[in-house]
Amino acid sequence: MDITKQEFKHCDLLTVKGRVDSATAPKLTEAIEATQKAGHYKIVLDMSGLDYMSSAGFRALLAGQRNSKRYNRGEMVLALVPKNIEDALELAGFTELFKRFDDITAAVGYF
Amino acid sequence: MRTEIFPAAFEQLDEIREFVGAAALDAGMDNKEIYAVQLATDEACTNVIEHAYGGEMHGQIEITCHVQDRTLTVIIHDHGKSFDPNQVPEPNLNADLSKRRIGGLGIYLMRKLMDEVTYEASNETGNTLTLLKHKGGMG
Repeated sequence: MDITKQEFKHCDLLTVKGRVDSATAPKLTEAIEATQKAGHYKIVLDMSGLDYMSSAGFRALLAGQRNSKRYNRGEMVLALVPKNIEDALELAGFTELFKRFDDITAAVGYF
Repeated sequence: MRTEIFPAAFEQLDEIREFVGAAALDAGMDNKEIYAVQLATDEACTNVIEHAYGGEMHGQIEITCHVQDRTLTVIIHDHGKSFDPNQVPEPNLNADLSKRRIGGLGIYLMRKLMDEVTYEASNETGNTLTLLKHKGGMG
């Protein structure tokens, strides 16, 4: 798994590539936490380059969303979620916890 | 029928998913079904590492894949503590963000993604979790 970060005026864009499972999810948690510790709670996650995500990844997303939304200081949104991952998020009842966008510009523009 | 033995470590999950993915392909499954088998097996093995063995590198996971009549059976065997996934309560999928619990989610996914999930624990031979999926099935 590989994560890159880009800072915009109103939000940060994290681009996640590869596979998120129990081995790699801690890296995702770390990247989200580092962004939040810098005071940036409005986060877009670009998932277009993601091949796989298990519930370990969902756990990282949930913790990130909780932290971002605390005190109404921000939100985490998902962009370009691949179909297989979207289906699993749906099964897990996670789709109602995250706004999802079909393109990055719209996701960044949401903030 | 193919059997492989993996060290009980998260970094093995990649190879485990490849192993069962190849068997799902042999069963004629499509991309969505292959992904489902890989995700269900990953969740099962993650539980074995976390709960049966209580952490990484405390044992091995033996996985057997069997394809017959467009049905794939994945048998996951370990020698850790018995951990019956069928005894874990279903997560509340409607709870709001602050109340949402992640425990039990892997097992819930496993049951939803596969057509049958059975568990057997034995003091002599260890724990056996059997995941079954039919090509074009409901799981």
